[in-house]
Amino acid sequence: MNAERAVAAELTPELLTRIRGVLAQVADPEIPVLSVLDLGVIRHLLRRPDGQIEVGVAPTYSGCPATPAIKADVLRALTGAGFDAVAVDVLSPPWTTDWISPEGRRKLEAFGIAPPAEAGAGKRRLWEADPTVSCPRCGSKQTAKQSEFGSTPCKALYKCQSCLEPFDYFKCI
Amino acid sequence: MTPHCRYVLRLADTNLVLAQRLGEWVGHAPALEEDLGIANVSLDLLGQARLLLAHAGELEGRGRDEDTLAYLREESEYLNLTLVEQPNGDFGDTIARQFLFDAWQLELNGKLAQSKDEKLAAIAVKGIRETAYHLRYSGGWLIRLGDGTDESHRRVEESLARLWPFTNELFDGDEVDQSIAKAGIGPAPETLRAGWLRQVDEVLAEATLARPAPAQFGWYGKQGRHGEHLGYLLAEMQSLHRAHPGATW
Repeated sequence: MNAERAVAAELTPELLTRIRGVLAQVADPEIPVLSVLDLGVIRHLLRRPDGQIEVGVAPTYSGCPATPAIKADVLRALTGAGFDAVAVDVLSPPWTTDWISPEGRRKLEAFGIAPPAEAGAGKRRLWEADPTVSCPRCGSKQTAKQSEFGSTPCKALYKCQSCLEPFDYFKCI
Repeated sequence: MTPHCRYVLRLADTNLVLAQRLGEWVGHAPALEEDLGIANVSLDLLGQARLLLAHAGELEGRGRDEDTLAYLREESEYLNLTLVEQPNGDFGDTIARQFLFDAWQLELNGKLAQSKDEKLAAIAVKGIRETAYHLRYSGGWLIRLGDGTDESHRRVEESLARLWPFTNELFDGDEVDQSIAKAGIGPAPETLRAGWLRQVDEVLAEATLARPAPAQFGWYGKQGRHGEHLGYLLAEMQSLHRAHPGATW
C-alpha cells in the first residue's frame, strides 16, 4: 500500500475519508461481500492539477471480466457522490492475493469462500504441495482439491472430507 | 513497423491465437473441471493478449487499437508462433501443446521482467504467476496421462512427437529477435532454451515419457508464414466483427 500512502497525502484527510467511504460501498461484481478496498485493488488516490480525482485500479487476473466492471462501478459511485473522478489502470506492481485486507479475508470466509493461504505472492511455488485449506463451513482441515480452476478466474474447487460439502477456495497468486 | 512493435505483436498474437484455440474446448472438454480449467487459462491468455495488442498499437502509432489489430488483420499479418495455431486434437494433444508453451512462457516472462520497455516488463511480470499456475495444470495433466494407462501413455507420447518440431521456432532467433535483444527489450530466444529444457525434462521424467528426438526443420509463423490451420481459426474469430464492424456487446 506504499503507493496509496505516498500520493494520498496530496488529498486532505477529510476528502480522503469521504472518498474511501464511497469506495467502501463499491462491491466486487463477482463476490459482493467484498468491497474494492477489501480486495486491495485501489492503488492510489490523488488530485490531478485540474482538480479531478484520479483512482489507480489494479487489475486482478489479466483476463478477469470483472476488472472493467470494477472500474466502471468505482467511477459511477464517485460521480454519484459528486466527485469529478477518473480511473486509471495500475499494472505494476501486479496485484496479489496478499493485498486482500484482513477484514476481506474474514468476509470471504463468512461468505463460504476459503481465503487464500497467506504469504503466497512472489514465489514460484510451482510443484510444491497444495497449502492446507480449511473448510469455510465446518473448519475442518481435511479438505481435498477437486480442480485448479473454478467458476471465476480467482477460484479453485475444493471439497470438505468431514462435512462433505464442496466449496470455493480463493486461490493464491 | 519497427522491430520493437513487431516483437510485441508476435507475443500478442501468440497469446491471442492460443486463447482462441483453447476457447474451442468450452462445452466439449472431457469433464466439467477441465472445461472450467481450459476456459480459465484461455481467459488469462486473452487478457495478456489484449494488453500486448494495445501496447503494440501504441508503439505503431497509426491509431490501430486492440480490436482493429485482432479483427482486421489477414492471416499473413499474424505473427504468432506456429505451435499455438495447431489444432486442439484430443485432450492429450491440447495438454502437450499447453505444457510446451507454458514452460516457454514462464521462462520468457521471467526474462522480460528486465525489459527496457517498462510497459512490456509490467505486462510480463503480471503474467508470471498466472503462467506458473497454467504450467502446474498442464504439467500435472501431462504427468497423469504419461504415467497413466498404456493407452494414455501411448497417445500423449504421440502428441509430444507431433508437436515437438514446432518448438524449434521458440528458440530460433531472426533479425527482429536480434534487434530487440540488442536494445535490451527482450531476450535472445536461444537463451530461453536451457531453462525450458530443464523444466520440460523434469516433468517428462515424472511422466515416464522420453524427450522426442530433435527435428531439423523450422517453422516461421512469427514471420507471418503459416500452415493451413490459422486461416480457419481467424475466419471464425473475425467473422462477427467483419460482418458488423464496431458492434458492441
